[in-house]
Amino acid sequence: MQIYRAHVLVCAGTGCTSSGSTVLFEEFEKQLKDAGIENEVKMVKTGCFGLCAEGPIVVVYPEGAMYCRVTKEDVAEIVSEHLVKGRIVNRLLEGAGEVQKEEAAAEQSHFFKKQMRIALRNCGHINPENIDEYIAEDGYEALGKVITEMTPEQVIDVMLKSGLRGRGGAGFPTGRKWDFARKSPSDKKYVCCNADEGDPGAFMDRSVLEGDPHVVLEAMAIAGYAIGSDQGYIYVRAEYPIAVKRLQIAIEQARAYGLLGKNILGTDFSFDIELRLGAGAFVCGEETALMTSIEGHRGEPRPRPPFPAVKGLFQKPTILNNVETYANVPRIILNGADWFAGIGSERSKGTKVFAVGGKIKNTGLVEIPMGTTLREVVYDIGGGIPNGKKFKAAQTGGPSGGCIPASLIDTPIEYDTLIEIGSMMGSGGLIVMDEDTCMVDIAKFFLTFTVEESCGKCPPCRIGTKRMLDILTKITKGQGTLSDIDDLYALADAIKSSALCGLGQTAPNPVLSTLRYFKDEYIAHVVDKKCPAGVCKDLMRYTIVADKCKGCSLCARNCPVNCIQGEIKKPFVIDQDKCIKCGTCMDKCKFGAIVKE
Amino acid sequence: MKSLEELRALKEKTKAQMNLRNEQNGLRVVVGMATCGIAAGARPVMNTFVEEIAKRQLNNVKVTMTGCIGLCKLEPIVEVIDPSGDKVTYVKMDAQKAARVVAEHLVNGKIVSEYTIKAEENS
Repeated sequence: MQIYRAHVLVCAGTGCTSSGSTVLFEEFEKQLKDAGIENEVKMVKTGCFGLCAEGPIVVVYPEGAMYCRVTKEDVAEIVSEHLVKGRIVNRLLEGAGEVQKEEAAAEQSHFFKKQMRIALRNCGHINPENIDEYIAEDGYEALGKVITEMTPEQVIDVMLKSGLRGRGGAGFPTGRKWDFARKSPSDKKYVCCNADEGDPGAFMDRSVLEGDPHVVLEAMAIAGYAIGSDQGYIYVRAEYPIAVKRLQIAIEQARAYGLLGKNILGTDFSFDIELRLGAGAFVCGEETALMTSIEGHRGEPRPRPPFPAVKGLFQKPTILNNVETYANVPRIILNGADWFAGIGSERSKGTKVFAVGGKIKNTGLVEIPMGTTLREVVYDIGGGIPNGKKFKAAQTGGPSGGCIPASLIDTPIEYDTLIEIGSMMGSGGLIVMDEDTCMVDIAKFFLTFTVEESCGKCPPCRIGTKRMLDILTKITKGQGTLSDIDDLYALADAIKSSALCGLGQTAPNPVLSTLRYFKDEYIAHVVDKKCPAGVCKDLMRYTIVADKCKGCSLCARNCPVNCIQGEIKKPFVIDQDKCIKCGTCMDKCKFGAIVKE
Repeated sequence: MKSLEELRALKEKTKAQMNLRNEQNGLRVVVGMATCGIAAGARPVMNTFVEEIAKRQLNNVKVTMTGCIGLCKLEPIVEVIDPSGDKVTYVKMDAQKAARVVAEHLVNGKIVSEYTIKAEENS
């Protein structure tokens, strides 16, 4: 057995791979060899640490020193200083400069202090392509316990008592879903995993699949045992190539160890899993459309009931859970329902992973106990808003969700409180917006997404969302009237009550919630023909203040469309018909003579 | 894999290899690995610690490195720190001495007084 005195973990998640971690890995191997210590230091490719904004991330154990934004040139220094001489390279540590050596451990940083990792516990800790490391962290122990010591009813009972609710968005109690499927009589049942993560800005599921693929396999096998199924399907987006590859490796390894397949661990229980790749349709994240797609048909939803637990995939009882939901299951089995129910708040148990993005310092992945306030996520973990700007709102739940305004920043993040204030938990995308964000524009952005992704099967979604988008576009162009706002409400009501699937029914939410908290901005667009945040181009104009203009012609020389005219040493004028509102003139003017209004 | 026992055996085996990455409250062995330490022979000392500790499956002992503490003439220097922070400093170490420290101090809790800095100062 090879013994190593240090482990170097290089993040190989999508975020860090795109910022260059593959090159780092090779460089480390080369430098270690040059230093003659390649047999003393173990190199590990691991999953997402969560601090994607600071990537590529490298963690060196046993110190647990977390190096951020590592470049190829830094590798030699880490090897010669840290790995050869044992001196931590302070300048590369997270938040470099202020950090003392004792604080070098990743767990001690602000970013991690308020987090609690259950679903992400192995991400950034184990090598996702090595089943042995997963097993060393209690992997497949829960499956072993379930199939040798527990009855299916006991498993479902634990899930019910734990209070685990679906992490995909709607928050349906997982135990109850399993219970329905267990009680549906059938010769064949299916366990499905929804890994078709499609909300703009969300990447929680991808990170779990990339960092800890076995946890999903193990949980699906547990679910299979609980409901009486021997076949599972993971429906994963083809746009997640790293996740797909790691899942394939994980499935092969689990089969080779006999942890998937016939007679698992010498018992009568058999279970196998296959992958199905999604072709990029957002609607296939909806459960009935997802199953239709697995069956090989065009991915379109169908009315419910019958619910999948009664008639799902291939008309057989089926359960479909989200990746993050599954990631909680083995821990609940091992630590017990009471342990899990003791985390979080009254009606929302456990933790939730959020992909935090937008106008925030620490873009990345955070896992917090339910009931943590939005303020803690934005300021304590997220590090606040960059460039000293003011927090305006946060958007959760993607195109089905809504926004949380600054006045409600102390709201605890729970399923029910978020619904009360007109947003929703959603799958976990959390987009932070600052004062420069126009809320009408945001509503338009999400609606554009829904219109593009509408499958077209039902008219309320196909036609209704398009009509709403037309109205929003009209408003942002300064052609809106007050009756347009009433029409938005009317259309939203109609779509909500008549669309076929969850995506259509929730599509008006971004508009409704921005109308609820930022109606004044809509009024400003419609009545005053102004965009308060200065985003909607048709509603703003750049003008030159004649008193301040020295006639230097700098603006005119930099204007890309040559729409500024004038004589030297006399005030210049912008031709509003030709102006494309790029703002170059304002940036260039040395006298502050150009204003945006 | 045909039984839960096989799974658990594999788990224990891999766990030992991963110990480095887990938080623990056991003993810490800190080897001075600055230029002075390395020149005086700290590398074989460090390797001996790592190997002996692995051989004896001392899962609660962590071997780390540190820089120069300023007593270059006494290098290689090794400090053994217990969970409460109490420290024993061994000086002028070599591989044989390291093996003895593992056997007596780390396993049996008996300080090898003749290798400590105190013994060196008194001599």
